[in-house]
Amino acid sequence: MPRKERRNWLNFNNMSQTLNIQNLHASVDGNEILKGLTLEVPKGEVHAIMGPNGSGKSTLSKVLAGHEDYEVSEGLVTMDGVDLLELEIDERSRAGLFLAFQYPHEIPGVTNANFLRAALQARLPKGEEIDAVGFYKDMYAKMDSLNMDRKFTGRAVNDGFSGGEKKRNEILQMMMLDPNYAILDETDSGLDIDALKIVAEGVNRMRSPERGFLVITHYQRLLDYIVPDVVHVLFDGRIIKTGGKELALELEEKGYDWVTQELAPA
Amino acid sequence: MADSATLEAVNIDQDAGDFTYPEDYEHDAGYGLTTETIDYISDIKKEADWIREFRHRALKVFNDKPMPTHWASKDLENIVFDNIRYYLSKGQKPTRSWDEVPDDVKETFERLGIPEKERKFLAGVEAQFDSEAAYSNVKEELEKEGVIFVNSTEGLREHPELFRKWFGKVIPTGDNKFSALNSAVFSGGSFIYVPPGVKVAHPLQAYFRINAENFGQFERTLIIVDEGAEVTYMEGCTAPKFETATLHSAVVELVAMKDAKIQYITVQNWSNNVFNLVTKRGMAHENAEIRWIDCNIGSRLTMKYPGVIMKGRKARGEVISIALANDGQHQDTGAKMIHAADETTSNVVSKSISVGEGRSTYRGQVHIPKHLKGCKNNTECDALLINSNSRTDTYPAITVRGNQHATQHEASVSQVSEEQIFYMQQRGLSEGEAMSLSVNGFVNDLVREFPMEYSVELKRLIDMEMEGSVG
Ligand SMILES: Nc1ncnc2c1ncn2[C@@H]1O[C@H](COP(=O)(O)OP(=O)(O)O)[C@@H](O)[C@H]1O
Ligand SMILES: [Mg+2]
Repeated sequence: MPRKERRNWLNFNNMSQTLNIQNLHASVDGNEILKGLTLEVPKGEVHAIMGPNGSGKSTLSKVLAGHEDYEVSEGLVTMDGVDLLELEIDERSRAGLFLAFQYPHEIPGVTNANFLRAALQARLPKGEEIDAVGFYKDMYAKMDSLNMDRKFTGRAVNDGFSGGEKKRNEILQMMMLDPNYAILDETDSGLDIDALKIVAEGVNRMRSPERGFLVITHYQRLLDYIVPDVVHVLFDGRIIKTGGKELALELEEKGYDWVTQELAPA
Repeated sequence: MADSATLEAVNIDQDAGDFTYPEDYEHDAGYGLTTETIDYISDIKKEADWIREFRHRALKVFNDKPMPTHWASKDLENIVFDNIRYYLSKGQKPTRSWDEVPDDVKETFERLGIPEKERKFLAGVEAQFDSEAAYSNVKEELEKEGVIFVNSTEGLREHPELFRKWFGKVIPTGDNKFSALNSAVFSGGSFIYVPPGVKVAHPLQAYFRINAENFGQFERTLIIVDEGAEVTYMEGCTAPKFETATLHSAVVELVAMKDAKIQYITVQNWSNNVFNLVTKRGMAHENAEIRWIDCNIGSRLTMKYPGVIMKGRKARGEVISIALANDGQHQDTGAKMIHAADETTSNVVSKSISVGEGRSTYRGQVHIPKHLKGCKNNTECDALLINSNSRTDTYPAITVRGNQHATQHEASVSQVSEEQIFYMQQRGLSEGEAMSLSVNGFVNDLVREFPMEYSVELKRLIDMEMEGSVG
């Protein structure tokens, strides 16, 4: 089979195995933040989004997750061929979408273990009960791999956690929920270098042909550890440049002004 | 088994307590409250003269006392005392075997899971259906040790000296309008006596069921725990959803003698047409401990402020309460701590949840007079608001005279934020599940204090309320 044809055939075969964002416009309180964003993350790939503060990175992650403050005025998002924007927040999650929050919320009084258990239970058919022994075994193993003290199972979710502990907890939740697509929103911020390595290793272990990642970051440092297949630059609500992993380095070196100037009309 | 006609006549709804059986009563005092009503009740119970007179005096106090609407909810004015029946019974004595309980009553309690719980973890059960107990049983070992666990009708008849000695002493007839009402028409409720040194290992349980419409349930409970003895008593209550208002107005008096311990646990789940106006108070003698654990779910208006009079040195009183006010409900609850001896200690922890237009009110009263030494009170009340139109009010009244005491008061109001629910939903929980889990988290540290079986029950009730409260 000629190379081009083979690619098309592969693409066709995998057509629906992708998170596909087309011309997405979203606004909050009447201000348009996303202004025609187009991006595709096929399963098996790790895409990074870089962009200056305020460019709309977290907005994109929340719109994908279904936050009700954001109004989508135009565009289409499909996840494995399913119209994502038609689903409720929790349906998106159960369909395989995971968001590691930039600012994870606290849930007073609800222990980490109970929360994870409830989240896993929500994925089972009615009447089926989660196996408690297996659940704890699995959770402990994953906590060990993230260097998380087991006492965190009994602590209220994110309540009184340090910034780094919260981020690690997000990765634990991701590991437990085993999503098809994971969005990591500035998971690196608030992490020291050791914690960053542990978290990155955790993510790398989860890389698989069955899973796509969208790694949002402000700094390229994270991308030294989680090496992306594709790098996108987000600016003012649009992807203005896409390239390989070397784009991240170039950005780091030349600053965001470089891309914006490059694109500015002469 | 009941015949098919009975089964057909049963209305079932999704809520566990919302079903009713057709009326089939031997005794019905009819509508309204007069001196004849009282004689009717006294006649059926073949009561001694002193108790008949006690009732008549109480009726007069009730009629003379105004409604407490200058401080309490105006909704009280909507109770039409003439539209209520004050006594309904099948005219049978409570049996010790479920097989001898009339079919409809037996099925009622089976559906509420009572016989099953009895087999699993209870030391004794009393099941009241409208005005009288239908079933009453206590484990033989306890009976041999001299523990008395009967309904108040039987208590009065079989143990008059003991009953009369303590009856109405902790809560006098004229304490408030509704304690007077109860004193006039009381029927059913538990009478418990635990002899010195006897520690009842498993809880005694009473279940109060309202089956009939336009009816008032007025049980009267008296628990006396003698020196060094201990008991845990649990009560549950439900009623079907009727179109018209139902009245539940109980009086509960506890007496803990020197070194005794009483734990009184209530998990009520009234349907939201019930006026629940209950007076509960205990008297703790030297080094005794009385602990009220009070969970108020459902009802239209609940007014209930369990109290402890710490009468002996080093006595301890505690009220731990959880209230959940849903749309159209007002939980007006709190605690009364009366320190009447040196080195007495009281602790009040109250958590309320207001959902939708639900309203919860905390009213506390802590009284420490000047001449006492070394008393302590700790009061914490936390309110959780689920929606922006939910409401909570706090009226703590702490009167501490003298400077030899330690008191501490903390109050907080918090809200389940949309961001928290979003976060939880992002992990796959439905909005209702996220709410339930948040609410359970809010009360979690209190629920841990409950016996296992009751914390499970409470969690189930909270889940039901929260699931139903979101779109
Ligand atoms: N809930 C909101 N209300 C008002 N403005 C918002 C809201 N969320 C985001 N914005 C605005 O949208 C823009 C993009 O924000 P955000 O997506 O958080 O950027 P980034 O994550 O790239 O730093 C910013 O100008 C921010 O002020
Ligand atoms: Mg951001």
